[in-house]
Amino acid sequence: MDLPPFQTLLDHHGRDVHRFLIASVGPTDADDCYQETWIAALRTYPSLQSASNLRGWLLTIAARKAIDAHRARGRRAVPMAEPPEVSFTPRELADDLWSAVRALPAKQRAAVVLRHVLDAEYPAVAATMGVSEAAARRSVHEGLKRLREEHGHAWTV
Amino acid sequence: MRGPSERAGAPRAGEPPDITDALMRSGLIDVSYVIEDSPVGRLLLAATDHGLVRVHYLIGEDAVDRAIEGLAAKVSPRVVRAPLRLDGPRRELEEFFAGRRREFEIALDPRLIRPGFTRRVLEQTARIPFGTTVSYRTVASLAGNERAFRAAGSALGSNPLPIVVPCHRVLHSGGGLGGYTGGLDIKRRLLAIEGVLPEPVPGIG
Repeated sequence: MDLPPFQTLLDHHGRDVHRFLIASVGPTDADDCYQETWIAALRTYPSLQSASNLRGWLLTIAARKAIDAHRARGRRAVPMAEPPEVSFTPRELADDLWSAVRALPAKQRAAVVLRHVLDAEYPAVAATMGVSEAAARRSVHEGLKRLREEHGHAWTV
Repeated sequence: MRGPSERAGAPRAGEPPDITDALMRSGLIDVSYVIEDSPVGRLLLAATDHGLVRVHYLIGEDAVDRAIEGLAAKVSPRVVRAPLRLDGPRRELEEFFAGRRREFEIALDPRLIRPGFTRRVLEQTARIPFGTTVSYRTVASLAGNERAFRAAGSALGSNPLPIVVPCHRVLHSGGGLGGYTGGLDIKRRLLAIEGVLPEPVPGIG
């Protein structure tokens, strides 16, 4: 099994993994999740059976780290004293929509982020989440529906 | 064409953070590498936990990709660009190129050297002192088979650690330069650094 050098994964998919995490957990936690994602990936990399969907594999790990971060945040009783610097500028949508995305249930959030932030096709969304394509479509649909209901925003599908 | 981030109005993220240090601290990198400019062209230096495993002349397009793909296939896919790990070899090579170092003291990892005759030839080559040269026949003889000077030539051609294992110090007995993986200009240049040949005149040869 000839896997490409790990550095190639970092160079090719680093930005996507980072974007996925910013959309999933917000800019404050994204950097920590990013680091944890790549360490976890490096740990299991040599035992990977196939190099056919490395991007999907990395995003799956990132999705898991994002869920861990959400859980950890839920356990944190006291909010941070000072709001951290936000290092990105939302272009068309307001900050609170991104908060709403991050507040979605894990499956819906992952599906919405994969489909609409990383522009993945449904088969790729399904592969990354380890669910059927129909389930992936359903998660995206339910996520968007919920965002529309709660946020009243016309999200382009 | 509009990118995915524009389509969904995603936050415009900055560059991902540099996580090289964290990956190094994890202890999970099997092969670290760095790309260095030198008087003999661009070099890729790679090391394992055991020592320097590869010195690669980067010639032509995609040379870096080809070099690290080779390392992934032959050593381990856990190949990461981690310049700090190569500080020792970088410093010693820099001193060598500046004429301030005659011997290398860095640890070497010989795993990319074929065992048997090739290994013996390169072991003998590693003993040739700075500023001296020997013939292919002499190296073959030192490695245990005087008549195998052609095989010694191909063993030297497969040297994964050029410069550090000084295969450039092996010449034809008639005085010809013989061959060199990185090209004869590099061989001349290295011999000039050691005072064996005069400094090449720019623009000639």
